[in-house]
Amino acid sequence: MHYLTSAEVVSLELKANHIRQSIIEMLVAAGSGHTAGPLGMADIFTLLYFKVLQHDPKNPTWEERDRLILSHGHICPVLYATLAHAGYFSVDELITLRKFGSRLQGHPHRVALPGLETSSGPLGSGLSQAVGMALAERIDNPYSSKYIYCLTGDGELNEGQIWEAAMLAGKEKLHNLIVIVDRNGIQIDGYTKDVMPLEPLAEKFEAFNFDVQEVDGHNIRAVNDAIGKAQAVYSQPSLIIAHTIASKGVDVFERDFRWHGNPPGKGPEDRVQKGEQAAVALEKLRTLAGLIAKEDIS
Amino acid sequence: MLAPHLDKKFDTPEMVLLPSRNGYGEGLVEAGKRDTRVVALAADLTESTRTLPFAEAFPNRFVQIGIAEQNMASVAAGMAMMGKIPFIASYAMFSPGRNWEQIRTTIAYNESNVKIIGAHAGISVGPDGATHQAVEDIALMRVIPKMVVIAPADVHEARKAVLAAAKYEGPVYIRVGRSNTPIVTTPESPFEIGKAEVMYQCDNNLSPKVAIIVTGVLLFNVLKAALELEGQGIGTTVLHMPTIKPLDTQALLKLANEHDALVTVEEHQRAGGLGGAVAEYLSEARPIKIIRVGVDDEFGQSGEPEELTEHYGLGISSIVEAGKKAIG
Repeated sequence: MHYLTSAEVVSLELKANHIRQSIIEMLVAAGSGHTAGPLGMADIFTLLYFKVLQHDPKNPTWEERDRLILSHGHICPVLYATLAHAGYFSVDELITLRKFGSRLQGHPHRVALPGLETSSGPLGSGLSQAVGMALAERIDNPYSSKYIYCLTGDGELNEGQIWEAAMLAGKEKLHNLIVIVDRNGIQIDGYTKDVMPLEPLAEKFEAFNFDVQEVDGHNIRAVNDAIGKAQAVYSQPSLIIAHTIASKGVDVFERDFRWHGNPPGKGPEDRVQKGEQAAVALEKLRTLAGLIAKEDIS
Repeated sequence: MLAPHLDKKFDTPEMVLLPSRNGYGEGLVEAGKRDTRVVALAADLTESTRTLPFAEAFPNRFVQIGIAEQNMASVAAGMAMMGKIPFIASYAMFSPGRNWEQIRTTIAYNESNVKIIGAHAGISVGPDGATHQAVEDIALMRVIPKMVVIAPADVHEARKAVLAAAKYEGPVYIRVGRSNTPIVTTPESPFEIGKAEVMYQCDNNLSPKVAIIVTGVLLFNVLKAALELEGQGIGTTVLHMPTIKPLDTQALLKLANEHDALVTVEEHQRAGGLGGAVAEYLSEARPIKIIRVGVDDEFGQSGEPEELTEHYGLGISSIVEAGKKAIG
């Protein structure tokens, strides 16, 4: 694993902030899509694509790359924005999100865009695919240093298929599988604790023979350390419950489940009028960036 | 006139009956020997789907998924994206019956090279009853873009279909049956994905009236029906169509041009299966009267395969009647 210096942490936080701004711009251009999840996962995506993953943006099909399966496909704006900022394709293409003919489909389509490891959107099937990848890799090379990462939503854990996959991962002791749960506490209909309570979540996955850690999903160093520890677990699959804040970075959108599936301009109006939402979000992010570092990032 | 490459024991007391699922077992081991990328997954039905010989021959390339067909489909998709050629097998009622969306999104939409084996397909499952009799699976698979759909006629053809599927790049669905059914083809008779074949050529002395198009294990009944129709002076042709998708449209056009009417026969609902595919194509390309023989919008029930086949109108006499009705 790679320990992060303070300078690296600051640089990643800045990068995550740029990615959040891209997310707002994409969603506004699209006029539809999800806001809360993508903003909430920007720190983790930045860490993964800029420090953790063994990958090559110029050679997306490089055989030895790690695999990253995004299971809750609706947060794809953060995946697209991160891929673009990492050099897979031009940042200019981001505003084609959800448009006719775009490679940036409303939910990811593997065949459309190099760098995507799967198509997702229908919830619950990503973990199974990651388990399949981890199994296939182990058949070919039991001593492989290739990791299969799977990101899932927390609401997504309502799906029965998740637990079918978890049972198999535990049975097969897939040490090369690292699952990160985006624990933002919201889903479309409300708060996860009301729609379908998940707790005790860590204990559930422990009972399925996972090594489980919990971490602040916005503390980049802490997430990095947790991934490092997960990589060092050799006898069972790993799962990191990343506590994230829905819409992180735009305080007037944060923690509100009503931002799950609306873009700026179409969200709830109790705190910001629709016409102001996009400008306010971008301004908040630029201001926040000022708090992270003194550099001018405009 | 029966096609020359039919099994020589056809309709003799020596004719052998075997379940077409055995062909999956044989073909899978053979495919596994030919290509180390072939892996097999089972959902607790390893023996009855005939996955067991592969699991014993290649334990490192077999994954026991447990009773979880949705997981099995997507695990296979993941393995395929890492370069494997996974075969997943369960009863057709559960795969594709239960895991249709996983097949659609994680296999077909992803263009994953997964082969899906639906065992215990059709009404001939027998005593297990309607819960286990998949007569909707062809329709379910046929509507998925990029999916190849094959219903082999017997054990030999099932083996050949499995070998062809292993070589083919892309998702394939193959349905096989549980019960003993007559062996009609031979290990050497030709099989090619997407190719239909005339198995009974209308007698030269008769003018061709009706062509019967059949998929799957009812081929024997259809050939017997053709013999009977010709015995009654009705010129009959039989087209054996193991691949329902992609449809052999050339063969269909030729039949439609040379006959007064068509009959389709399958161990499936009349809606959405072979009959649906043939009617959809010909209604645009070359309209002609088509009688569809199949289960008529109802569920099956417990019983012996033969009595169920008769009861649901898939027996020889029902096919003969359909042939007469078509030209009547």
